[in-house]
Amino acid sequence: MGSFADSVASALQLVLGADARLLHIVTLSLAVSGSACLAAALIGIPGGAALATFRFPGQRVLLLVVHTLLALPSVVVGLVVYLMLSRAGPLGAWGILFTPTAMVIAQTILVLPVVAALTRQLVADALHGNGEQLRSMGATPMSTALLLLVHERASLATLLLTAFGRAVSEVGAVMIVGGNIDGVTRVMTTAIALETSKGDLPLALGLGLVLLGVVGLINLAIAVLRRSPRPAARRA
Amino acid sequence: MNTPLVELQDCAVRFGDTQALAPLRLQLRRGECVALVGSNGSGKTTLLRLLHGQLQSHTTQGRRQAAPGMAQAMVYQRPFVLRLSVWRNLMVALWLAGVPRPQRAERALQALQRVGLAAQRDRAGRALSVGQQQRLALARAWAVRPQLLFLDEPTASLDPAARREVEALIGEFAGEGMTVVISTHNLGQAKRLAQRVLCLDGGQVVADLPVARFFEGPLPEAAARFVKGELP
Repeated sequence: MGSFADSVASALQLVLGADARLLHIVTLSLAVSGSACLAAALIGIPGGAALATFRFPGQRVLLLVVHTLLALPSVVVGLVVYLMLSRAGPLGAWGILFTPTAMVIAQTILVLPVVAALTRQLVADALHGNGEQLRSMGATPMSTALLLLVHERASLATLLLTAFGRAVSEVGAVMIVGGNIDGVTRVMTTAIALETSKGDLPLALGLGLVLLGVVGLINLAIAVLRRSPRPAARRA
Repeated sequence: MNTPLVELQDCAVRFGDTQALAPLRLQLRRGECVALVGSNGSGKTTLLRLLHGQLQSHTTQGRRQAAPGMAQAMVYQRPFVLRLSVWRNLMVALWLAGVPRPQRAERALQALQRVGLAAQRDRAGRALSVGQQQRLALARAWAVRPQLLFLDEPTASLDPAARREVEALIGEFAGEGMTVVISTHNLGQAKRLAQRVLCLDGGQVVADLPVARFFEGPLPEAAARFVKGELP
């Protein structure tokens, strides 16, 4: 118990003292997960909106695949990306294995189904109640998707924060494709795993506190965004 | 002048196993205000959607013919207001209707003034009261200068004061020569606004009469039963 209390005290010192090593790990984590979410948003939001508004052959199969990929284990993503980027793999010539770029790719693949599937659901729900009214005003499927994304922008932000939460807290994929190289690809989750195995509990706990803080801030942001808007008065 | 804006020739609507509208022939003439009356589920909204061309082709039979190049708009009982300002809601409607960009601001302002919402232009559309949202929907419709305006129970969820305001606007639109088709449960409203009344029952048009004749009778049995049930 005393050892635990000492570890917590040391961890707090590291966090409050803005330890350089800890700061680097945290910055890299946020940069990798932020970039992955941005990439997933650029692909997943238009893709999800298109899945909701357009009709095309194979749509149901594609939707089934996207929903299945929601449960994709991060270690499987790591393994697949590792095989693609390793020297013998089809993308081995890029030479990006064990770099932050590889970690961004892995996390993008991990959160892309989340962004696409939730965007599709969001737009489909909005479309269900309001699609006909938009069509009656002359909206095409493309303009309908665009307007409903603007209409649901607060929920969309919540969705992206959820995806960021999943990315920043995963360990399997970044461990495999990043290699957990100190000062290069070491992020919060991989560092926590390593320092715990080495017995360096203060740094592991410090990183754990920061990670918890980041996730807490994300949840706070989601709660703020989800705060129900002031309802319209039921009178003229 | 005598060319109908919309003509239905033996048009029927079926949703799965349900016959929503029996085959009917109907013409909407320019400048008239038509009220669709009938009980819940009688087919009023389906007929509006059919006339507006909003039904998917696999649900319809027969032929709908509309005047070429005719601008039309529809206002729903619960209008969809985007989570944008009142002004942007109008600008979006004008953009969707294909109104050239240089004309949009002027038209939007005219429309807001027309429905008495100019002072609310920067407010969030969703923060307006239900009656104001309905007026915003009317402004959106009016801004695109429709020759034909469909109204689906536009005053059903409004209190009496808001109902009067919206009804007055509809009356003004109709008075300007706009062709208006309004579905309503309110026979008084039909009497005040319409020149022609269509009564529906079980997906069939059971009466299609000038307003005076509809209220003076005699009426076909189904229409008479509806009128008796509605009037105190």
